[in-house]
Parts: sequence; structure tokens; C-alpha cells
Amino acid sequence: MDERFGLALVGQSAIQKIFPNHWSFLLGELALYSFVVLVGTGIYLSLFFNANTGETTYAGSYQPLQGVRMSNAYASALDISFETKAGLLTRQVHHWAALIFIGAIVVHLARVFFTGAFRRPRELNWVVGITLFLLAIVNGFAGYSLLDDQLSGTGLRIGYSVLISIPVVGTWLASLIFGGEFPGTDIIPRLFVAHVLIVPLLIMVLIAIHLAILVKHKHAHFPGAGATDNNVVGERLWPTYTFKAAGLFFLVFAVEVALGGFAQVNPIWLYGPFAPQNVSSASQPDWYMGWLEGALRLMPPWETRIAGFTIPNPFWAGVVPPGVLFGLLYAWPWIEARFTKDHAEHHVLDRPRDRPVRTALGVGVLTMASVLGFAGSDDVLAVAFNLSINGLVWTFRVLLFVGPLITGAIAYKVCLELQRRDGPLVDPVLVAQASSNGEGGGGSPGKVPPSPEPAEPVPADP
Amino acid sequence: MGERRKVALFVALAIGATGALLVVRGPAEAGQSGGQGDPSGTAGPGATATQSSTGSNRGAADGALVEGGRQLFLTSCVSCHGVDGFGGPDGPNIQTAGEAGADFMLRTGRMPMAAPSPQPPTKPPAYNDEQIRQLVAYVATLGNGPAIPEIDTSRGSVQKGSQLYLSNCAACHNSAAVGGAISYGRYAPSLQQTAAQQVGEAPRVGPGEMPTFDARAISPSELNDIATYVEYLRKPPNPGGANLGYTGPVAEGFVALLIGLGILVLVIRWITRESGAGSVKEAHGKVPVPAPHVKTARDAHPATTVGEAEANG
Ligand code: HEC
Ligand code: HEC
Repeated sequence: MDERFGLALVGQSAIQKIFPNHWSFLLGELALYSFVVLVGTGIYLSLFFNANTGETTYAGSYQPLQGVRMSNAYASALDISFETKAGLLTRQVHHWAALIFIGAIVVHLARVFFTGAFRRPRELNWVVGITLFLLAIVNGFAGYSLLDDQLSGTGLRIGYSVLISIPVVGTWLASLIFGGEFPGTDIIPRLFVAHVLIVPLLIMVLIAIHLAILVKHKHAHFPGAGATDNNVVGERLWPTYTFKAAGLFFLVFAVEVALGGFAQVNPIWLYGPFAPQNVSSASQPDWYMGWLEGALRLMPPWETRIAGFTIPNPFWAGVVPPGVLFGLLYAWPWIEARFTKDHAEHHVLDRPRDRPVRTALGVGVLTMASVLGFAGSDDVLAVAFNLSINGLVWTFRVLLFVGPLITGAIAYKVCLELQRRDGPLVDPVLVAQASSNGEGGGGSPGKVPPSPEPAEPVPADP
Repeated sequence: MGERRKVALFVALAIGATGALLVVRGPAEAGQSGGQGDPSGTAGPGATATQSSTGSNRGAADGALVEGGRQLFLTSCVSCHGVDGFGGPDGPNIQTAGEAGADFMLRTGRMPMAAPSPQPPTKPPAYNDEQIRQLVAYVATLGNGPAIPEIDTSRGSVQKGSQLYLSNCAACHNSAAVGGAISYGRYAPSLQQTAAQQVGEAPRVGPGEMPTFDARAISPSELNDIATYVEYLRKPPNPGGANLGYTGPVAEGFVALLIGLGILVLVIRWITRESGAGSVKEAHGKVPVPAPHVKTARDAHPATTVGEAEANG
């Protein structure tokens, strides 16, 4: 039967692929399936959304805004929420899926980082992955800004002020993107095109490349009996893995639909239409931008002058940190190889404990980002825990630098302690393999737990 | 509304069950997985009973009322606000606080202040309605202050109120009136429990850090609209489900990461759990059985390799 279809021939080799069985290898899939949910719900929403900033008078069923002048964009978002069939549910599933999408990307990225899965030959796929992360953030922000409610306008205004803070090109860049001064009438239609077409298309193409490279390289696996740099130990793609993957897709969808059905997200009707002179307390970006908001809030109001130019404050908080972070992320495979002088191919993953320096660095960076994220919510935390905002700001300023040192040091210690508990090498296969590969330049002793189970990574943050 | 949520639950459960079914490939375990949501979406902010006094004692200051107020003032207030409300080291001059100021301070429980603090907290009122009216009448005689505004939320407009509220009050009190932080430990309190009458008085009084809005900034009818909208915000419809405390993206982020992603991580741990027999060691060297649960491993070098180990490179 199969032989009749040319497809079977292509499929044949794919079907015999092996996928190692470890939970952390499915984190990327959580992101992938969330993306599928986002595309599905997004298509439905785009049928009803009107990205026009022209004014209209609201006449829908949400009572407190009846008769209020607002943009078509905001009015159509209200109509999606109150008039369209399953509109609010779809909007909420879309929003929750976006929040989970980027969360899954971050934990997937962390898994790849802590296990050294970015090493040769996977550097290129790491770069693709970081780009996907970046695009996901950009598209999330675009979606958040699209609805033209008070919260999204507040976010856009901050984005605008960060843009114009870039020396020399900032003003030009900002007026190019916004089509003039903030807020202007061009930005929402442009964001719409970016949000529903350009960025998703880029993401799709990059996901295809990401997966194609993955198939080409085959999946890396954790050390364990039988696992070497020359093979992949795991389950067959068909049928075991395929069933699991399909099941996982439905479970991701289910969790996101449940959240969308039971937890209110982004109640734009409460925020009101965007008016440049208005603002509300607890105006935060979505969580994945929280660290940037935090940087802006923690940055002291210093004025810097370099070569006669005054550098506005938002530059130091809004442009430099993401620039440095993403620069480091992109370059990391090469930076690390330079330090470890390990340029060999790797298909067996590191256990985080075996690379204490890398693990400590990663934990430190995550700590820093978390401190910034909390700093971005300082007013909400102040109310929730009855604290002084100014006290919080100073606490976070100190924690920003001290926190990573502490958590990094703890992570380092924990790694060493776990290594010590593992005892000496036990698996003869791996001992043989380790010596035949001539690896070890990386400072990894290649220790392996006595159990045949693949090792689990050390919890990142004790 | 409840209908929509039921549909969502049904859809989530159905999809979740399908997923679970696919994972376990057996009918036995279906149904008990998938979407968990908490159905408590209706929990609105508890509204307290409102006790409001309209300025019934306006104009002709009832002598007995004022005298009663003076007595109370001398026992409870003079220590801080001084004789005739002239002020002292522990309290400001309140001669121009007016009826509105006194009524607001007393009915929100701010006065009498127990101890000096950066911001008097909102408490249950220390006096009964009669005593409050006496004190209000007395404070009104001390100087020229704002009268108690007439608030009647049955006549107000939520539409105008929402726009006025969003442009004048939300910056500090939050668009859902749950309050917000101001610098140095001061905060704009939640208005969810505040009686409409006091919501109307506060802008005229301008307590603490809050600016004063006189009749030129907010007309009497606009004031009534604002109070009407704030009252509406106590029980807004929440068509989307649980309101997460109206703290916006911060709460949403925690829910997405801790609950949404958290559940999904548990899910992937569940579907990758070792299924007993098929451990790697066992399969070593045997001819791999193509049963889905069995995993085999072998080095790639032998040309005869079939099954679950794949060569790299
Ligand atoms: C422990 C000292 C203290 C006591 C006792 C006290 N007050 Fe006050 N009162 C203050 C302080 C301090 C303020 C300023 C608070 C603020 O605005 O943040 C104030 C503010 C006021 C105001 C508002 C003034 C304005 O112009 O806005 C009024 C009215 C008032 N008090 C009335 C009273 C009355 C009536 C009593 C007695 C029942 C009383 N107070 C008891 C300390 C006190
Ligand atoms: C600049 C920030 C700010 C703005 C704007 C503001 N408030 Fe306030 N509001 C405060 C602060 C601070 C307090 C607490 C004052 C104190 O007790 O010291 C307060 C207290 C109140 C209270 C008392 C609540 C209670 O139960 O204790 C009410 C009512 C109130 N405001 C209503 C309003 C309304 C209505 C508006 C818009 C017309 C408004 N506020 C605008 C800061 C603000």
C-alpha cells in the first residue's frame, strides 16, 4: 500500500527517526504548539479587527463606553470582545497563548544553554533560535500595542521615547517607524501588517529552518548507557513519538483554552481608549517586556554627555541592556568555544552540573532579568505588599548587581556538590567513549550517574 | 456569560481529553486531564453597605448640632488641630476643610488619627452618624470650606463618568479603582469599598497627596458621574472570567508562567515518564521489538543497525 505513494519514500526515512525521551526536549514543542494556537486564533481575530485609527463613536453593548469617541481599532477590539461570537474567548486564548509561547521559548532556550546544546554543530540553530525569541517578543509587543487602548498606547509611548533616545539616528528612526510624531495615525496599521503578516511569516520560515536543521543534526541526548556522540538513543518518530507529540499539541491547546475561558486577560474595556494625556497606575507591559520596563524604572535620572551629544536616559535603560543581552546570546557559542578551546562536535549533552561556570553564568543572567522584571512591577508590588516604592527601587538597584553574584555562586557550589555526590565514573561505555573522542578540553569530566536513566538537569536556581 | 464559560470548559476538556487519549493511546485514562481552570470567575469585589449623609444640615447651622460637635472636637480633635481648628504641631489647620473635608475624613475613618503617620489609613468610622453630623456642622463654622457635594448615583452617567475617571483619577487610583502606589510609602487607596458620597467628596477635599478638584475642574454633575462610574467599578461585569485582582499584565504574567506553563511542564514530564519495562539497558543487543514503548539503543557503527539508534554525521 505504502509503495504506491512517492510520499512514503520520503516519509520512510523520517519515520525511522529517533527522538530521545526526556521531558526537557519537549519545551520547544510547547512553544511550537502555542505558536500554532496563536496562528489559529489570530486568523479568526484578524477577520474582525479593524486597524484604522480614524475616529468613530462606540455603539456596542459595553455600557460605560457607549457614545464615547474612539479609534476604529479600539472599537473593533471592543466589538470582538462583546459582539463577535466566541470573540472574547478567542482573544483571551490568543493572549494567554502568546504569554505561554514566549515563556516556553525562554525555558527551552535555558535548557539548550544549560546543556550545551548550542555547541558545534548546532551553533547556527542556536542563532536561529535566538532570532525566533527576538521575533516572538517583537510580535508580542506589536499585538499588545495594536488595540489602541490606554495600556497599549502607554506602551507605545515608552517605545517611542526609547527609539528617539538612540543617538544620531533615533529621531529619524522613530519618525520613520511612526510616520511622524507620536502617536500619529500610521503606527497602528503598520503594526497590524507586522503583527499578522511580516513577523509571523518570518517566524514560520525560521521555525521551518530550525526544525530542518534539527532533523539534519538529529537530536542531541543526555549521557546515559548507550548514548554516544555517534548515535541517538530514544523512541521512534513513528508511532510512539508522533502520538505523544499530537497528544501534547491538544494538551497545550486545552490549557490555553481553559485559561482563556476562565481567567480574564487584558480587559481593554476597563482601560478605555488611548488618550495621550491619560495614564493609569499598574501600567505594565506583558511579562516578556517587564525586564525592559524594570531597567527604565531603575535607571537613575542621570544626564550623560558624550562628544557633545546629550544621551537621553532611556538609551541606557531601554537600548543598551537588550543590545548587550542579545549580542551576548548570539555570540555565546563562539565565546564559550574560545574560552574552553573545545571546537569538537558534540551530540551528547552536558549535564549542567558538569559545567559549573556556564551554569553559574546562566543562573546569574536569569537572576538579573528576574530582578529587572520585578522592578518593572514595583508599583504593583508596593501596593500588594504594602511597601514603599522608593525603598523597592533601591532594593532592586542593589539586587540587580548583588543578586546574580549570590545566585551564581550558589549555583556553582551546588554543581560541585552534585558532581561530588555522583562519585567517580562508572559507565564503562562512556569511559571508553570519552577517551576515544579525545574530548575533555572543555573541562567536563564527563561524569555519569550510575543509573541507566538519562540524567536530569540540576534545578537552575536553588 | 456563564454559558460562554461552560462552552470554554467543555472545549478545553474535550481537546484535553483528546490529547490525553493520544498520549496514553488507551481509553482508560481519558477525561481526567486537560484544562483545569478555576470556575470562581464571578468573585466580584465585596461591596460594603454605604452610609451616606447628604448635607441635610446645610445653611442654618443648627445650634445644638454645632454645640455637640464642639464638645466632641474638644475631647478628640483639639490635641492635634488646636483650638478653633487653628492647627498645631501634630495636625494642620482645618478651618477651611469645610463640611466636605470633615465628612470625608470622619466617614472614611481617617479622623481621629490614632498616631501620626505619613498617611492616615482608611478605617471604619469612629463615630456614629449623629456624632459625625455634629462634628461636620462644627468644622463648617470654623471657616469657608467646600460644602458636601450632592451625590446621587441613580442620576449619574457611567459613560461620562468613565471618561472623567480615566482622565482625572485612574493615574493614581488605577483604571479599575483598585488603588496604586505613590512615592515614599504613600498610596492612592482602592475605591472599591468607598461609599459613593465620599468618592464625591474626595476631589473637593484633596486629602493628603491627592490634588483638589474645585467646581471649575470638575462640575457638580461631573462629580456625580465620576461617583457613578466608581460605583459601577465595584462590580464590573468581568466577561472574561476571574479578574486576577485587576493588576493587569503583572498578574497575567504570573498566571501564564506559573499556572499555564507550569501545568504544561508537568504534562511533558508525565508523557515522557519511563514506562517501566522498556529501559535502555534491556534492549541492548536484542533485536529491537517495534512495540512503541520499547526503546533500544545500539552503537551506530555496525552496518546492520536497525531500529532506535541512529547514526550521526
Ligand atoms: C493624631 C493627631 C490628629 C487627631 C487626633 C485628629 N487629626 Fe485631623 N488631621 C491630622 C493630620 C496629620 C491631618 C492631615 C492628614 C493628611 O491630609 O494626610 C489631619 C487632617 C484633617 C482634616 C483635613 C484637613 C484638610 O484641609 O484637608 C480634617 C477635616 C480633620 N483632620 C478633622 C479632624 C477631626 C474632626 C478630628 C477629631 C475627630 C481630628 N481631625 C483628629 C491629625 C489629627
Ligand atoms: C495624584 C494622585 C491622585 C489623583 C489624581 C486622585 N487621587 Fe484620590 N487619592 C489619592 C491619595 C494619595 C489618597 C489618599 C489620601 C490620604 O488619605 O492621605 C486618595 C484618596 C481618595 C479617596 C479616599 C478613598 C478611601 O476610601 O479612603 C477617594 C474617594 C478618592 N481619592 C477619589 C478620587 C477621585 C474621584 C479622583 C479623580 C477625580 C482622584 N481620587 C484622583 C491620590 C489621588
